[in-house]
Amino acid sequence: MLLRETLEAYDVAFATTDAKIAAQRGLADADILPDCNQNTPIKALLCALVAAKIILKHRPHIVLSTGAAPGYFCLLAGRLVGAKTLWIDSVANGEELSMCGKLSKKTAHACLTQWEHLADGSAVKYKGAVL
Amino acid sequence: MILVTVGMQLGFDRLIEAMDHLAPSLGMEVIAQVGKGEYTPQNMEARISIAPAEFEQLIGRCKLIVAHAGIGTVLTAQRFGKPIVLFPRRFDHGEHRNDHQVATARHLDGRPGVLIAMDESELAARIDEGLSMNAGDAPISATAAQLRQAIGSFIETGKL
Repeated sequence: MLLRETLEAYDVAFATTDAKIAAQRGLADADILPDCNQNTPIKALLCALVAAKIILKHRPHIVLSTGAAPGYFCLLAGRLVGAKTLWIDSVANGEELSMCGKLSKKTAHACLTQWEHLADGSAVKYKGAVL
Repeated sequence: MILVTVGMQLGFDRLIEAMDHLAPSLGMEVIAQVGKGEYTPQNMEARISIAPAEFEQLIGRCKLIVAHAGIGTVLTAQRFGKPIVLFPRRFDHGEHRNDHQVATARHLDGRPGVLIAMDESELAARIDEGLSMNAGDAPISATAAQLRQAIGSFIETGKL
């Protein structure tokens, strides 16, 4: 949400797991995904299908995600239809890169951490932080 | 009004007690979200938890936030353009499972609108500094400008 100003210069669509928060922030038309994590395999499968449907609906040129698992599925689906993909690890992950950050290193075209000490000099870069 | 928050998961008596002692000298209302602590404040309004919508309302009308060093709280403060004093939980006081809040506080030191009190002795001075800041006109941080530029570049050129 803190990056919204940067994105609104473009044709942008939001996807999130929480319809209430989306509405609260004035994004009533956001696409909603079921939440899931590595311990909920059946929900994860459902989430992956919804992510694919959302990607096919919008056919984005670019997919940005800050995670977590539902964001990762959107990024993966985006990659499969030829979108440029960027992972931005949440600023909440200051101790180590999130699980999804580690996965997305191999999936996304580019991967950012918001903490300088977590950049690895190659796949994971630091280019500033929302704070 | 000053809003004190320690997050919804754990109590944080060291901060709540320090704020309770300072409250009479601050010259304004202090409202505290105290979590599951044991200390009972005498000088400020204390609530175990505050529902998200009301919490945002309180953030909107407070002049300063005093909080544990949780990233979620820092992001909320930034979204509302409010100055925040961070008081990290410490492992050696049994306040968290490790010292990541101390690390977070050190990393955030010096960012616009963020003040750090590493312990009770620094709290009063940081609160004074925070109250003299003008909420809302904090400039966008250099790191945020850098991140926006990197994302803009990725969108336009496919490269960071």
